[in-house]
Amino acid sequence: MRRRAVIAGIGALFTSACSRLSDSKAGEALLSAAEDWHRKAHRLLGGHGALAREYDRADISPFFRGNGSTDPDSAEYKAAVQNGFADWRLAVRGLVNNPLSLSLADIAALPQRTQITRHDCVEGWSAIGEWTGPQLALVLEQARLKPEARFIVFHCADHLAGKPYYESIDLADALHPQTIVAHRLNGEALPVRNGAPLRMRVERQLGYKHAKYLTAIEAVAKLDGIGQGKGGYWEDRSGYQWYAGI
Amino acid sequence: MKRHALPTRLWHWLNLACVTGLFMSGLNISNAHRRLYWGEWGFAPEDAWLFVPRFPGWMTIPGHYDLAAARDWHVLLAWPFAIGLLFAWAAMMLNGHFRRDIMTSTAEWRPAAIWHDIVQHLKLDFTHHGSKYNFLQKLAYGAVLGILLPLMIATGMAISPGMDSAWPWLSEIFAGRQSARSIHFLTAWAIFAFFVVHIALVLLSGPVRQIRDMIYGGEA
Repeated sequence: MRRRAVIAGIGALFTSACSRLSDSKAGEALLSAAEDWHRKAHRLLGGHGALAREYDRADISPFFRGNGSTDPDSAEYKAAVQNGFADWRLAVRGLVNNPLSLSLADIAALPQRTQITRHDCVEGWSAIGEWTGPQLALVLEQARLKPEARFIVFHCADHLAGKPYYESIDLADALHPQTIVAHRLNGEALPVRNGAPLRMRVERQLGYKHAKYLTAIEAVAKLDGIGQGKGGYWEDRSGYQWYAGI
Repeated sequence: MKRHALPTRLWHWLNLACVTGLFMSGLNISNAHRRLYWGEWGFAPEDAWLFVPRFPGWMTIPGHYDLAAARDWHVLLAWPFAIGLLFAWAAMMLNGHFRRDIMTSTAEWRPAAIWHDIVQHLKLDFTHHGSKYNFLQKLAYGAVLGILLPLMIATGMAISPGMDSAWPWLSEIFAGRQSARSIHFLTAWAIFAFFVVHIALVLLSGPVRQIRDMIYGGEA
């Protein structure tokens, strides 16, 4: 009854093997290896500098949906909103020779990039908006990255389920021309639901990488000591992929 | 010569495993946002052309809603699925399977011949004269191998933001990311429809022999 065994085997593969495999060490390694192959394939096919598509004003969607935190409820953040974010500071720290503490005026005084891009949520929806802000590369240039820096971590003012939101990207994306610290959406100050007063735009990756309510940018050599070490809030909490270009 | 060449058999079962895993993890991913749109963008109910039902746990991988794990499976299985299809196409071209068994001739496209084929199918008469597959079979296999499966790969790549930066022309071909996502979903169900008909016809035409031949090769 080899035949029947083969058929039963195929069926069993999908009922139990999937969960058993993904729970095993080897399975976990395989799944994260696949994520890595995609990242390498994307950069092989497009080059490290491949640009996300940019659109015309006419393509902008009438509303830009907010997701995740849309109104952080800490007293500090509420006070900052009341105050028009006049005292908001963006720290640039970690493996840099020249740590910075930038006000919104400092950020607006840097050379600006405006880009109309499409935002893709991991859930499946998309929206198009026009973002303005300095390139992260310019900020990092001012802070002078140390040679051992390999990742840039974004710290945020919002908490989800009691944990602070954070995200991280590698230097290929951090120094990418379309990676900007946005403070304007569609020509207006960034709305609270979209991350006021500052949020990241990491255009070649999904929405959860675009950290909102940005308070600090930290250069690090590895992601181990931060959060639970997987490189981001959703990566730690639910096992989302760190490379979200897929 | 065997009825099914070794590359055909290997690919058939590899592809069944991949497509099953991709389809079931895809239904889990679909549950994350149950609306489909045309064009580049879409997020609100009023933009949607289709409201998709929630797929129950027995239809999905994993068996409960878990977008992160479903995406893990989806992006892992995409590799053997795409590389397997490439291998199948190369093998089919090299060993003559495509030219001999799947490519149709002009004579087969005559309405009378097509009608004869339909009638034969309805009478459940599966004797083939001269060639291995009759016209409708060639058409179905050709459409799945040449259109539906490649379309899943192309629309899947168009949805990926990293791939979209590398090859922006891909989502432009599909007239936008949300259109590509809609076509990805529709094509998945077209493949499921093929699967149902394929299983039904295997059951009606001697399933034991059919499955045995797809495993051990059978006699030509």
